[in-house]
Amino acid sequence: MKGIEQIVREHPFFQGLDEAFCDLVCTCARNVRFDSGEYLLHEGGLADTLYLIRHGRVALEIAVPGRSAVRFQTLGDDELVGISWLVPPYRWAYDARAIELTRAIVMDAGCLRNKCESDHDLGYEVIKRLMPILVGRLQATRMQILDVYGAPG
Amino acid sequence: MCLPMQSDPMQPVPVRVLTRRREVADTWTLELEPGDAAGRPFAPGQFNMLYVFGVGEIPISLSGDSADPHRQVHTVRAVGPVSRALAALSPAATVGLRGPFGQGWPVEAAAGADVVLIAGGLGLAPLRPALYYILSRRARYGRVALLYGTRSPGDILFRRELERWRRRLDLEAWVTVDYAGSDWVGCVGVVTNLVPSASFDPADTVAFVCGPEVMMRFAVAALQKAGVDDAAIHLSMERNMKCAIGHCGHCQFGPLFVCKDGPVLSFERIRGLLSRKEI
Repeated sequence: MKGIEQIVREHPFFQGLDEAFCDLVCTCARNVRFDSGEYLLHEGGLADTLYLIRHGRVALEIAVPGRSAVRFQTLGDDELVGISWLVPPYRWAYDARAIELTRAIVMDAGCLRNKCESDHDLGYEVIKRLMPILVGRLQATRMQILDVYGAPG
Repeated sequence: MCLPMQSDPMQPVPVRVLTRRREVADTWTLELEPGDAAGRPFAPGQFNMLYVFGVGEIPISLSGDSADPHRQVHTVRAVGPVSRALAALSPAATVGLRGPFGQGWPVEAAAGADVVLIAGGLGLAPLRPALYYILSRRARYGRVALLYGTRSPGDILFRRELERWRRRLDLEAWVTVDYAGSDWVGCVGVVTNLVPSASFDPADTVAFVCGPEVMMRFAVAALQKAGVDDAAIHLSMERNMKCAIGHCGHCQFGPLFVCKDGPVLSFERIRGLLSRKEI
């Protein structure tokens, strides 16, 4: 059976990370599992975790009064759930719910932030891995906002 | 791939509507007679000019199977005066038809390679004949992936067919929507997010892309990031096509006429034109 260190090292988010950094990061990580329908996080809650999906699928949703939640993104294998832990006030801006059996690495965001704060080289490595994800999601959001499939005019 | 027209290209042939089927709220599929006893052969990716008498004429891509030249199938979104009139036609109504026109998808040249088809919204309609062509000659192609993105679950075109395609073991079919309710268990997000999930060898892949131009630009970027060569990426372009034979110039796109040189064009050929706002 794989230990958490190996699982973290094999996750694409941390691939290529220096061994010493990996050891540091692993102290903030543990394995979790969510059944279909289980929530990973709730809008407004304290953003104290970051999930790296190993297998499964997670839907990001926003509650809308009087109707069912609007699902605006699904994330799958090797993707990252949760960005609000990066910036104050560290509160989730949406709900995240497993829509199939999902196995993930959960990182203690406070622990990771502290390690990045005390070792800026590690912090830079983490940010370098996060930025392409953030930029990709920003560009995708722009495309969604454009509503390119809507009626022309 | 291009097949010649059979008569005077400017002379519409009156043909009858055989069937009319609603696909989604504002989109209908019409099957038309070919207007010729021998049928009206076409290549995947080509289009016809459809003329609603007294209203006007517009280009509409063929969305049916090119193996059956006796049915001219068009999927029409009712958004303007002519398309609304077309979509409202009942079986047995008569329309004017010219075509087929233009250069289609290079389905023959893609034989032997992996093929990725990326469709956005109504862009699935012009790609469907290419997929029919490939699936009917499946052994001649490598891995085949269809990535389809649309607005919401209620906007999914050809839903039953997509479900059948998803069950095939020799086709990878992915569907994503821009937003959905919590009862939707499929993917949510832009179609370009599907590119990393599809299985293909970027060094030996041909990509066919059809959808709104903004979506196609994002799709090209995703394919390039995956390592697909510009010359292997083909887009179906849309401009204001009127004569459909390169005479009137309404669809001029830099040095090209979309009606005659396209609508399917290699990205390598139009790389410098796509980002030019003036055209």
